[in-house]
Parts: sequence; C-alpha cells; structure tokens
Amino acid sequence: MKKKMTTVAFNGTAEQLAKLDELIAKHKGEKGALMPILQGAQGIYGYLPIEVQKHIALSMDVPLSEVYGVATFYSQFILNPKGEYAVAVCLGTACYVKGAGLLMDKLESLLGIKNGEISDDRKFSLDATRCIGACGLAPVLTVNEEVYGRLTPDMIKGILDKYNK
Amino acid sequence: MIKNVAELTAIRDTYANKIHFRKHDAGAEVSDGNIKKHVLICGGTGCTSSKSVQIKAKMEEAIKEAGIQDEVQVVLTGCFGLCALGPIVIVYPEGTFYSRIEIKDAETIVKEHLVGGNPVKSLLYSETVKGDEILSLNETAFYKKQKRVALRNCGVVDPECINEYIGTNGYMALAKVVTEMTPDEVINTILESGIRGRGGGGFPTGRKWMFAAAQPKGQKYVVCNGDEGDPGAFMDRSILEGDPHALIEAMTIAGYAIGANQGYVYVRAEYPIAVNRLQAAIDAARREGLLGKNIFGTDFEFDMQIRLGAGAFVCGEETALLTSIEGNRGEPRPRPPFPAVKGLFGKPTIINNVETYANIPQIILKGADWFKSMGTEKSKGTKVFALGGKITNTGLVEIPMGTTLREVVEEIGGGIPNGKKFKAAQTGGPSGGCIPASKYDVEIDYDNLIAQGSMMGSGGLIVMDEDTCMVDLAKFFLEFTVDESCGKCAPCRIGTVRLLEILTKITEGNGEMEDLDKLEELANYIKSASLCGLGQTAPNPVLSTLANFRDEYIAHIVDKKCPAGVCKNLFTYKIDLDKCMGCGLCAKQCPADAISRTDYVAEGHKLASMQIDASKCVKCGACLPSCKKFNAIYKG
Repeated sequence: MKKKMTTVAFNGTAEQLAKLDELIAKHKGEKGALMPILQGAQGIYGYLPIEVQKHIALSMDVPLSEVYGVATFYSQFILNPKGEYAVAVCLGTACYVKGAGLLMDKLESLLGIKNGEISDDRKFSLDATRCIGACGLAPVLTVNEEVYGRLTPDMIKGILDKYNK
Repeated sequence: MIKNVAELTAIRDTYANKIHFRKHDAGAEVSDGNIKKHVLICGGTGCTSSKSVQIKAKMEEAIKEAGIQDEVQVVLTGCFGLCALGPIVIVYPEGTFYSRIEIKDAETIVKEHLVGGNPVKSLLYSETVKGDEILSLNETAFYKKQKRVALRNCGVVDPECINEYIGTNGYMALAKVVTEMTPDEVINTILESGIRGRGGGGFPTGRKWMFAAAQPKGQKYVVCNGDEGDPGAFMDRSILEGDPHALIEAMTIAGYAIGANQGYVYVRAEYPIAVNRLQAAIDAARREGLLGKNIFGTDFEFDMQIRLGAGAFVCGEETALLTSIEGNRGEPRPRPPFPAVKGLFGKPTIINNVETYANIPQIILKGADWFKSMGTEKSKGTKVFALGGKITNTGLVEIPMGTTLREVVEEIGGGIPNGKKFKAAQTGGPSGGCIPASKYDVEIDYDNLIAQGSMMGSGGLIVMDEDTCMVDLAKFFLEFTVDESCGKCAPCRIGTVRLLEILTKITEGNGEMEDLDKLEELANYIKSASLCGLGQTAPNPVLSTLANFRDEYIAHIVDKKCPAGVCKNLFTYKIDLDKCMGCGLCAKQCPADAISRTDYVAEGHKLASMQIDASKCVKCGACLPSCKKFNAIYKG
C-alpha cells in the first residue's frame, strides 16, 4: 500500500523517548526484534514519525533504510498521525458485498476528507481497513475501539454526531 | 505444576464432569456438584463487538443479587459459530439458546430462567422454539449437520482455564506422545491419517514433518501460521480465541516429532482478543510445566512465543512469514530450499496453520483410522468454513469433507435472505475463484474445488446473490492483490496492475471484446511466472469469473450494461411512473436535487409521479430505500 509521509510537525516528549529507549533495551540481542520494536514505538507515539525511525536505527545499529523499509512494508505501521477519532471502515469481502463502499462514500462527503486523510482540526481521520473479522455484523466500521455493525449509510450521521459534541 | 501423567489424569477426572455437563443433550441428568446451571456467554470477536463482556458482568451482578452465585457458573467461552445471531448466551444442562441478547436482557434471564426455571421464550433463537417445546442447539439446522473436531472446544470451555481444557482430555495426547511414542511413531500416525494442510495448498502434513525430522539433529523450529489474511475468513481466530491450549499442545507434539525445542506463533495484530488469550494460555502451560524443560518428567523440552504480524497479506505465504519473523520486510523466498530443509533463521522448520494443528491432538488420541473415517478419498477429516456475504446464518461451521455446497448454503447456512437467488460462492479468498449455481451440488474437498478453478484456501466462503456483479467482484479482489503484492517479482507487481486496469476499463463501460483475450493471456503469464503463491493465484478470481460468467463480461462490453446494477457507469436509476405514488420522499433523500415532479398522474393515484434527471444523478442510491413500500425506483 502506498504511504504518504506526514506534513504534521513532530512533537515527541522526553517521557516518550525514555519509554522508547527502555523498549529497545528490552529487545537487545533478540533475533528479529525490529518488528516488535516498531510495534511498541507505534504504541508509544501513535504513529511512526521519521524522527522515531532514525532514533531506532541509530540505537539498534541498523541502516535507516532497513527500518524505513519495514515500516513502509506493513499496513499496520502508519507514518501519519491519526485523528482524535479514527474512523475505519472495513472493506473486507463480506462487508463490501453488504455495501461498505456506500458507508465510505457517505463518510467522505460528511467529513469532507478522503480515505487516508485527517481533518484540519485533527478531530477525525478516515481509513479503509482489511477484514476485521466481525463479518457477522457486516457492514462494520470502527471509531477508535468502538465497533458499529449492521450499518446503512443513513446511520452514519448519527454516529458522527456522537463524537462531534 | 503437573509432573507426570498421573497428576494430569487426576485433574482431567475432576473437570471432565463440568465439560460433560455442557456437552450433554437437553434434559439428561449430569451433575456438577452444587452447581445446577452453567451459563455460557460467547466471548469471540463478533459477540465481544456487540458487548458480550458487559452482558456477562451484568449477569453476574444479577446472579449475586438473587443469591444464587454458588449454584450458577458463568463462563466466557470462544465462538459458538452462529455469529449472525450474536451476542449468544447458552444455558446448560438444557442447552437453551438465547440469541441477540442485550445488556438489559441479562436480568430477565437470571430472574425468569435461572431463578424461576422458565426459559425466556421471547429471547430464544426462533428455530429452537417449536410450539411449547424448546429444542437444544444441537437440534437446529445450523448445528445438526456439523462435525466439530477442530472447533470441538470452541464455545464449550473457558479458554482462560487450563483445567477445563484438561477436562476435555487436553494434554493427554502430549502425555501419550512423550511417554509412550517415538518421534517416528508420531509422524507415522499423522502420515497415516492423511491430514492435509488447512491453510492453502493442502500439502500432506505428515510429509512436511517427515522431511523436517529427517534433517540432521540440531536447532529446528515449529511455526504456526496464524496470519489469516483472506478477507472473510476467521476460523483460525476462533480457534485461538476459543481453544488456545489445543494449539499449544499440538505444536509441542510437533516439536517432539521433529526434534525442535522452540515454537513461534505468528498472529495478526488485528486479533487482539486472540493474542491475549493465547498469551495467557502459554503462561498457564508454562506454570503447569507443560511447556519448558522436562515435560511430564522426561528429557523433552519445548517452549514457544508469539510474534505479531503487521498487516501484510503476503505474510500468510510460508516463506514470507518466516522472513517477517526474522524482522524483515515480509518478502517470499524461492523454494527450494523448502522450509523443512532451510526455514526460520536458516534452520529446518515446519510451518502449519492453526486449524491443522487443532486436529493433531485428536488424531493422536483417537487414532489415524478414526480421522480417515471422515471425509472423501483424498481429503480426510473435516474443514472449518467461515460463511459470509449474502447468507442467513453468517458464522463458522465445521463439516466433514465431501459435504455439498448446497447443503452448506441451504441447510446449515439457512439459505439466502430476502428471497434472492444463489448466484455463486467464492472460496479461497483472493487466491480462489467462484463456484457458480450450476455446480451447486459439488462435494467440497481439495481436489473438487481446484477442478472448479477455485481452491480451499483457509476456508472463507462468501455467498453471492443476483445483486453481485461478477466483474466488479473480480476487480475487488484484484484491487486487494495489487495493494498486497510485495513487489519483489515483476509478473505479480506489474501484471496484477495491468489486469486491474483492464477490469476497471470494462466496469466503466470502455471495454472491448479483445480485452477478454488479453485478460486471459496475461492471467496465465502471471500464474506461471510469479515467485510465490500470492502471485501464482492472484489471477484466479479473473479466470474463474471469466470461465463461469463470461456473459456478464460481454454485457458490460457489448451492451454497456451491468446486469446486477453495480457498476455505476453502466446503469441509471429510473422511476416507474405508473407505480409512483408521488409522495416525494425520494426527492427529500436526493443529495443532488436530481428528482423532480412530473405532470403525469397515474391512474388511481392522487399526486403526480416523480422523475430522475439522469444528468444530475450521482447514483448514490439514497432514493432507493425511501421507496421500499412502492418499489417504483429501479436500475436500468
């Protein structure tokens, strides 16, 4: 999947950096540790800014190209920050067959952003995801950890309103 | 700490009754000491998404209030399979099946059923209510034809309680293997059973083990492929969530058979519940000495850890998965050398998927002949399918190989909703193909599916009705493979993009007849020249829809029509002037102001009919549901 580099300025804290160093130290000498470290780093920062990737490369003594290569290969790793409310529409087969594409259209028009973008106030971000496995509830979308299932496009506005207060 | 087989047997005997209590048919007398009722609540991903954990909490609260906490055991289990009806609650010993429960229903069930002794009929799954009689879940069409081997404990045991697993004869197979059998005997049993890999190609599992065992002694690995990436497939997740100890036991057995002391389970990070339960199970097995050194007092040692995937479909391909565990971009490697010779970190490795492993302990305990007695000549045992798409009983089913597609869809799956007709079933995900209605009676096994231009894959089974456009479907899968192609080899990286371009052209109404030949030619090149399974199977959705639904492609190209009314460029919304009552609801829904009133009043109607201006219409379809009552809006 193509990945856009973020234009949002990096604002990591010293506390986050300390956590990151602790994480790297924990995996020191372990075979194949880069993935777990990137996963942990994303947990700390919410995404993988290039500054963080550089720090990991230096600390682990691996080329930045390798870190960047892994970070861009897997769709779980994101280089852009997410909105306060991350909306994700499942476009797995079961959801797609049941009209998830229409949910996406509706969200794009209501939020005024496209799939993969973040609103200017950083309140909402919108993404399509692979099957999240809740096929019994298709079509499904998630807002952060909250799952909404058996949806129709006219239910979208009501869901967004809950977060728009 | 379980030090020997006798200690394991003692635990088994204590807990077996609990399990028996839940497996027994309605009304039979089994006692579990003071406990009179077991309340099982589904804690699978589907039901958790609709708040089953909160329902459990509410129920426990109500049970305490009623003062019956010593008589009722509440268990959060793995998936029952019938996800369409979630959240599901089952009460034993009766086997009463409550469906689509809400938090507010918890108190009612406790008061009326658990205290009062009267099942709450209004909350029961309608199929289990026959007049005054209440049937147990095993008598419903959904469960009756199933044969649960890999899923035998899902929805029966508490996945976070190792003793309940032991109560189902859990870890007895491991005990038997390390204390009574030689590694060769284990491999022979697996070979003899005829089990084939449940994750994709269907390679005989025993042969993989034999090759790895034949490598010189030294560091070897056992790997589990839990990177279930096919959209619509969730059988591995259900086993990890519902019966994680079965996987641990099976991998340990595999370790003994090939001489490995370390296992890795590669699981999708998108499966947080599965990951947590598996980790808890690994910790519990370590505490009990079932992982680690001196297992059952022997010299055999084995341990395992979880590695999380990060959302790359190609990592379901075995060599790519190994590269990913090594911490790299998950790109596949050429085979040979096969992983059994040179796998993880360059060492001999066996790699099987979750469902395959889940069968292993049963084969050891019940014998190869028992396993062979199920299935068809070349496909033994059972297979789990995830039913999805346009089908009433969305969920997880396990059937003996050789069951027909019609039985799965019509009987177990409850048919297609809204009176629509079966058009095709898609199996094998993006690597598979479509089985059309004319092959509805095909017996499902590895070889029959391949003969139909599809494949078993990991077991996703998506049902389509007449509203699905097969060209659009092929395009959907190609979009997926284009996204997920790792880019290492050109046939897949470039070829799939070209396929997608041609398909897009056709769905937009710009196709030409010669495009069909181009699609076929290119598809065959990609199949024969790609490096790994992803690329070699990526053209299957195109080839199988072309073979079975060529007329739909021709309709798109020659008539410029999409028969299913899906491809937006190839149909318009119209209003049947004589059916239209002129209520104007549709005009209110239209975001593009494309609907206006005509001056035509149909016979017997009071208001003038509405019409759609095709030049303004954006084909969002918002008007369609507003006319459900009169059905005057149609695609044409």
